[in-house]
Amino acid sequence: MSHPKAAAEFLKDQANSQWHDETLWMIRDKRDTSSKSIPEWEKLRNLASDIKDNVLSNLDQYLEQFESQALKNGIKVHWAKDAKEHNEIVLRILQEKNCEAIVKSKSILTEECHLNPYLEKHGIEVVDTDLGERIVQFLHQPPSHIVMPAIHLKKRDISALFHEKLQTEKGNEDPTYLTNAARLHLREKFLGAKVAITGVNFGIAETGEFLVCTNEGNADMGVHLADTHIACMGIEKIIPRRKDLGVFLRLLARSATGQPITNYSSHFRSPAEGKEIHLVLVDNGRTRQLAREKFKNSLKCIRCGACMNTCPIYRRSGGFSYGSTVPGPIGSILSPGLDMKKYSTLPFASTLCGSCSDVCPVKINIHEQLYEWRQEITKHHGAVGKGLSMKLASGIFKSPLAYQFSGSLMRKVIKSLPKIVIYNPLNSWGKSRNLPEVPKESFQEWYKRNRHE
Amino acid sequence: MSSREEILNSIRGIQKENKALPDIPNFQLEGDLVELFKNAIEANKGEILSKKEFENWISSNNFQHIISCSEPFHTYATQELPDDAHQLDHLELAILEVQFGVAENGAMWLDDSQLPHRALPFITEHLVLILSKENLVSNMHQAYDRIGADHSGFGLFIAGPSKTADIEQSLVIGAHGPKSLRVILV
Ligand code: SF4
Repeated sequence: MSHPKAAAEFLKDQANSQWHDETLWMIRDKRDTSSKSIPEWEKLRNLASDIKDNVLSNLDQYLEQFESQALKNGIKVHWAKDAKEHNEIVLRILQEKNCEAIVKSKSILTEECHLNPYLEKHGIEVVDTDLGERIVQFLHQPPSHIVMPAIHLKKRDISALFHEKLQTEKGNEDPTYLTNAARLHLREKFLGAKVAITGVNFGIAETGEFLVCTNEGNADMGVHLADTHIACMGIEKIIPRRKDLGVFLRLLARSATGQPITNYSSHFRSPAEGKEIHLVLVDNGRTRQLAREKFKNSLKCIRCGACMNTCPIYRRSGGFSYGSTVPGPIGSILSPGLDMKKYSTLPFASTLCGSCSDVCPVKINIHEQLYEWRQEITKHHGAVGKGLSMKLASGIFKSPLAYQFSGSLMRKVIKSLPKIVIYNPLNSWGKSRNLPEVPKESFQEWYKRNRHE
Repeated sequence: MSSREEILNSIRGIQKENKALPDIPNFQLEGDLVELFKNAIEANKGEILSKKEFENWISSNNFQHIISCSEPFHTYATQELPDDAHQLDHLELAILEVQFGVAENGAMWLDDSQLPHRALPFITEHLVLILSKENLVSNMHQAYDRIGADHSGFGLFIAGPSKTADIEQSLVIGAHGPKSLRVILV
């Protein structure tokens, strides 16, 4: 995939891309207001970062502790080294239960593993129940944002889609009306599903419980009505103690949307009587990332999406331009770890302005890692950079839009960040840093110089 | 080798600098807890009611299906709890007690002991929660102190009604779960 090319595609609809840009900036703004209402905000970020550092340095022990506690609680624990094994485990459980239709709630991990097409191939109906996810599922699209899956769509698109799929009135674009149609449609699915799949926000080593946070309540609707709950969890989601949740729940929703907490934070410890909980612990490249000293911090991510909302490139180019399950700045450091060749252009989709690192609730040095990946990719130029140089040669970067995007636009973007936001003494992310020098060199120049080094 | 062993072994094989687990300081919240809690609930699109206001609200609605799990509110119940949660599909109102509320964000804690069916606060069309003013803590740190090592199979913070903004960021209340949340502070 090529980020500049995909971004150019998104930028074609100017009105939509401008709305996208402004809307995400507004959410970023809400995050600022919300975080400023907490005097200890920076302390919480440091704590969250330190807790996650501790987790990464003792991950094996915490996983064992988590597993043994979960087993004691009556949860069935499975381990999957990759996406394939994860999907096979899920399918096996479904087959044991003779289950042909499932409901699923927001799980970026199951997206990463491409669980839906796999299950569908085996004759199982999969219904994503988060409203945004259901919308993109109808369109056979992946989510374009990890918190707001359908942020790239306008209500007229959704109205037309629901008219076709849910027989809503033609031309009725009222969000309340459309949401209610989805409510009725999904209610039926909830009532009919014997198995529900969810993701996991946090797994607690001390107690063996895990958390799922939503605003819609869709995870709980699915799980509590089904007989079997399958929770899919990346191994990096562990935190040591229950009380660590105090830190993370204060940070998560405020960073994501500016709200003080999600409306539902559900703690699953043991199955209700007569029911089952299965937990699938998934590696899929995470231990490899942990072994990369420079990039292991990316595993601290709690998937709040703040780095996307603040990123001048993400806001202007849209989530699909990244071509990876997790888009935006964090996706650009996770994805090359999975496939450096395929995602070779992602670390370049950044101004390195550092705004991502400034908002990140767990203080991942995102922009520094982006820079590191650029070095790695250039070093492996023979093997991976080739695609990049071919793209350069074939003129993708010469097309006016893409050029603008990869070079001058980036430089303009950072210049246009309102100074009041950056230098406002009350602004926590502006305080600790000065606006970085705007790169004088364009990406093309940078690349040309580096490829010869 | 099982995948479990493979994963654990590859983690063990990585050289890691040991980073200590930090202590969490006792952060406090300034201000009147009741006021803060009220503001938080309203910001989350919930409503705070007195018992009197609740009575007015309920008499202006003609609910046919009400379940109460709170002793003092049993008179409002129209039905008993069914054995199977699927039968709650037409439930219009559930009245539940909560253990405590959190002033900083309006979150209220319930566990299996308040929830005869875990689906109850989600499947109902409207939700009324009963909270004693005595049972307010200031922030999430105190909330987890209070939960302590309690062992419930399921625990839940509810902070507002079911909501979504997935269509052009327009806020809609009542995505899948309750279309309203009312809290009676007693
Ligand atoms: S990297 Fe940080 S800001 Fe980005 S999604 Fe993860 S936790 Fe949020």
